[in-house]
Amino acid sequence: MQSIVESSRTRDTFTLLIFIAVVLTAPIWGEFIGAGYPDLLQKFAIFGLFAIGYNILFGLTGYLSFGHAAFLGVGSYATVWSFKLLSMNAIPAVIFAVALSAIFAVVIGYLSLRRSGIYFSILTLAFAQMSYNMAYSVLTPITNGETGLQLKSSDPRVLDAALGVEPQAVPLADLFGITLNGYAGFYFCAAILILGFWLSMKIFRSPFGMKLVAIKSNQTRMEFTGFSPRPYLLTAFVISGVYAGLAGSLMAIVDPLAGAERMQWTASGEVVLMTILGGVGTLFGPILGAATIKYFENIFSAINNQVLESAYSFMPEWLSDIAILLTRPFVGEGWHLMLGVLFMAIIIFLPGGIIEGVRRIGGIFKKSKQIEEDA
Amino acid sequence: MSKRHVLSIAGVNKTFGGLKALTDINLNIEEGKTHAIIGPNGAGKSTLLNTCIGRLKPDNGTITFEGTDLTGGNMTPHGINQLGVSRVFQTPEIFPDLTLLQNVMIPAFAKRDGAFSFNIFKGLREEKQLRDEAMHLLEDFEMQNLAHVHAGSLSRGNKRRLELAMCLIQHPKLLLLDEPTAGMARHDTNRTIDLLKKIKERGMTKVIIEHDMHVVFSLADRISVLAQGAIIAEGTPDEIKGHPKVREAYLGTAEI
Repeated sequence: MQSIVESSRTRDTFTLLIFIAVVLTAPIWGEFIGAGYPDLLQKFAIFGLFAIGYNILFGLTGYLSFGHAAFLGVGSYATVWSFKLLSMNAIPAVIFAVALSAIFAVVIGYLSLRRSGIYFSILTLAFAQMSYNMAYSVLTPITNGETGLQLKSSDPRVLDAALGVEPQAVPLADLFGITLNGYAGFYFCAAILILGFWLSMKIFRSPFGMKLVAIKSNQTRMEFTGFSPRPYLLTAFVISGVYAGLAGSLMAIVDPLAGAERMQWTASGEVVLMTILGGVGTLFGPILGAATIKYFENIFSAINNQVLESAYSFMPEWLSDIAILLTRPFVGEGWHLMLGVLFMAIIIFLPGGIIEGVRRIGGIFKKSKQIEEDA
Repeated sequence: MSKRHVLSIAGVNKTFGGLKALTDINLNIEEGKTHAIIGPNGAGKSTLLNTCIGRLKPDNGTITFEGTDLTGGNMTPHGINQLGVSRVFQTPEIFPDLTLLQNVMIPAFAKRDGAFSFNIFKGLREEKQLRDEAMHLLEDFEMQNLAHVHAGSLSRGNKRRLELAMCLIQHPKLLLLDEPTAGMARHDTNRTIDLLKKIKERGMTKVIIEHDMHVVFSLADRISVLAQGAIIAEGTPDEIKGHPKVREAYLGTAEI
């Protein structure tokens, strides 16, 4: 495990600049892997942010929360309500979502952190499922139940009304006149992702982050060393909850509606998978994991018989039939199977996730270079 | 010479179920002295230390550290540490996932910033003073070469020494040592004794539990002998060596 690395300031600045460059040029390099469209890039950024935040809790402290989707949902609902009541501007929506998810995270975190290990996981799961079911039933006046919370042109939007902004027929989120859909939406998400990454890097390189890893490493020693672990854990929990709330808010900004299914346990499980797939406790791992899963979900699920036929068209017909028979279960509706196989392969062969794979390849290059130099 | 008591244990009893682990313990630890507690296995030595650091609550009696009652209901392990009590455990409690340097820096942060601080805008590298201090201490322990190695990969003896370093960087007013040399090679034991002697010169008060009589008699100013949960003798090393009750209970078979 290499979660807390002492790194120089210049190296960190360099890393951050590379990260910014990669994110901002996503529409260009996305083209080459068939991901060059705003919908998918938005998902990369949003789930990347979600996973980065989740990693601050799970990666650093080792506390496995199974209920972070609750904050995703809270962020989405808060955002849509801000759109309905205040303004279509994204800034108040984001602030509202952050504040509300932080409050939720303080309450759920305070209660769940009274236990550790599996009991903590179960408690968070229980809270998330409770939120999900309440959104469907008793909270219908706030969440609009099964239909989901949607915008109407008749919503009050007091700030917009006061400023004399004309209501649109199909309201879309904006940032002082820029409509946040398509690539504009992506760049808004990207800006927040970069901010989130920067903060995560700050935490990783700080005494605070080191203390979180120390709690994971040996909580007993931490207590007898003069630290009170609980406030540290709660802070990490709230930070990661706010990241999730932000991600939920961004979902509602690029597509202004909110549904309860965002809070379901499968959504909580997905972020765990993303983090583990990419590399728990690493800076880049979670974001790589999130992008990989969203890529699979969107690209492999779109592959159908026709696509396969044209891909295997160079083979004789009988061979291509066999090839299609063998690959068909893994693509289209079966993309989950592909993801499952990939996940198992990574856990078994690269327990450190994709990032460990990258590091190993880097290690091979370094070695061969050394051999050359030695020769 | 001052006779101030740093730690006063008065009338402490502790039972586990029907087992009497500690019976009416009275003990005063003088400032600047090294006080050894010896006794056969199961005599209650570790239990006694655990009541001092808040790991166990005694059934009755008081433990006072510099005027503060450590047995009070709101006393937490981290609170007791913040008062100035550090402890080396019988099985080394270190942070295996962190490097040696980080292992030593963490307690230094606890000493400087208290039980909680949200310091994220100053990187670890920029904590120059604290880093240097930690590095210097590792040099004292001849472990500077291992500064960037993960502590989990250390030998048992080195883990013990690291834990001692983690306690010392806090400059505790009272250092509790639970068998600090158990499992160490002779050479490492001697190095540890030298280190502990050096600390003694600085005037740090220590309570030490030890099986190794060589260690006890080279360090202790006073010795208490615990047997079956009760103190059967207390005195200077010379007094203890000649004490008939002690010979009978504990040292009878040991060579001194």
